[in-house]
Amino acid sequence: MNWKRATVALIAVAPVIALFAFGFTRDPRTIPSPLPGHRAPPFTLAVLSPPTGKTTPSVGDTVRLSGLEGKVVVLNFFASWCLPCRAEHAALSETALRYADKPVQFLGVLYNDEPSAGLRWISDMGGMAYPALVDRESRTAIDYGLYGVPETFIIQTDGRVAHKEVGPVTHVLLQRVLDSLLAASKPAKGS
Amino acid sequence: MHLALAVAMAFAAIQQPGIPDSILDVRTAEVASTLRCPVCQGESLQDSPSELAQQMKSVVRERLRQGETPDQVRAYFAGRYGEWILLEPKMTGLNVLLYVLPVFLILGGLVLIVFLVKKWTKTADAGAAK
Repeated sequence: MNWKRATVALIAVAPVIALFAFGFTRDPRTIPSPLPGHRAPPFTLAVLSPPTGKTTPSVGDTVRLSGLEGKVVVLNFFASWCLPCRAEHAALSETALRYADKPVQFLGVLYNDEPSAGLRWISDMGGMAYPALVDRESRTAIDYGLYGVPETFIIQTDGRVAHKEVGPVTHVLLQRVLDSLLAASKPAKGS
Repeated sequence: MHLALAVAMAFAAIQQPGIPDSILDVRTAEVASTLRCPVCQGESLQDSPSELAQQMKSVVRERLRQGETPDQVRAYFAGRYGEWILLEPKMTGLNVLLYVLPVFLILGGLVLIVFLVKKWTKTADAGAAK
């Protein structure tokens, strides 16, 4: 065996193998978002429907992110034509009810859909425990770098995006992120 | 006084020369063709008929109309979607490899070919001389 040739061949091939090996450790469908850790884009959106069983905010009112300072905001983009949105709806509504007495605001944003279809969907799902908003021309969706629905952004009390979830959220994930953000935002005892 | 000022400002806004629609169309198309459609397979915003791509194209147009440069518009989208949204990655950081590596590989291949051809001709010549 010619050791010199074997070494040269190995040196030439090793980087290619290393590159492939690195590629296999990554999911090509995962596209990292630059938003987590950065200030959440501001929005002003009209209310499509108030939380089920409540009258405020009423239809046509506007909800501003700037008006939710000091609260953890769970911003969920959904659509009536989105099947995974059905799967996560219970987790979102139930968690919203569980955290109703905490400084947490859940908001649903209807994405690329007819408002009437969105309202029908909410009714079919047995209601929504938080306000649904309309995003005309998807301006807010684009501001949040949305690829599709469902996508959920959790914004911490200082207005920075703490977490972005692509695909359906679960009770466990919401609880874990919300609890850690609420714990971090509590002022330390004695300070 | 306030009313007069408001009227003057509104008049100035109307009088402010904007970019003609035909030029804006061309600039929008140029920028949109450098941005990736997020819901398509390797298509630009310009080429994609998808609703999201069309809405993003409207954002490009709006921002250009407001006086942003093409680079500022691209930076806005990169800030929202990540550098992935740029069809041509910026020549910074590890991205430099994307531009430099192929040149090195081609040059290396050429050197290897020259080296091997020389070696083979030498061997062939030596064989013929024997």
